[in-house]
Amino acid sequence: MPMDESVRKAVLGAVPSLRAFAISLCGNVDRADDLVQETLLRALANIDSFQPGTNMSAWLFTILRNHFRSEYRKRRREVEDSDGHHAESLKSQPDQYGHVEFREFREALAQLPADQREALILVGASGFSYEEAAGICGCAVGTIKSRVNRARTRLAELLHVNSAEDFGPDETTRAVLASGGE
Amino acid sequence: MEAAATGSKKVNSKPAKLGRDVQARLGQQLRAMYDEVVNQGVPDRFSDLIKRLEGDGKKDER
Repeated sequence: MPMDESVRKAVLGAVPSLRAFAISLCGNVDRADDLVQETLLRALANIDSFQPGTNMSAWLFTILRNHFRSEYRKRRREVEDSDGHHAESLKSQPDQYGHVEFREFREALAQLPADQREALILVGASGFSYEEAAGICGCAVGTIKSRVNRARTRLAELLHVNSAEDFGPDETTRAVLASGGE
Repeated sequence: MEAAATGSKKVNSKPAKLGRDVQARLGQQLRAMYDEVVNQGVPDRFSDLIKRLEGDGKKDER
């Protein structure tokens, strides 16, 4: 598989963000890395279908997302997988995420419906435009916008946030605010 | 929409629209969580994989 230097750079450059996206989707670092590996194998096997000049990162995200969705559906049929199960598997492996401060946030994120979670991450963290996110998810721009809005509203509910003062950067700050404030 | 007429009392029970400050904080947390992974860079597993695939290709095709 001869690879153009610029293509190789673009693929490698997308890996960190692909991993972050995959971990957010499946809630498990090992599974996420397998997902990234399968994505890279598929992408490189089909590198001819990548259109030079278009967004390599968006192309790779689309492959990863579609692969995850088909795997997810398969697993769901095998064991009654659900967002609840996803949340549970997340709770059982807190150490995999390194820092405990994002745990509460991750747990809330894991409780969102998959459609809303991916839309929020693509737009809010991966830095894609609504249009690019719609392309990756294969839906209308308006659908992405409403999913992102619903995801934000639901996250705020799950984290019990009504105003920015309601939550600090971590649980410690929240506890201090809760006991000190009125 | 009739949002303006409902008054502030209902805000707690059903937040129809999040304030910009809340959205900004949620966004910060989301990015901080995401960037924690991004900042780990490219694990050897993946740079090795690409190298290996390239090597295989060169052997097969040349």
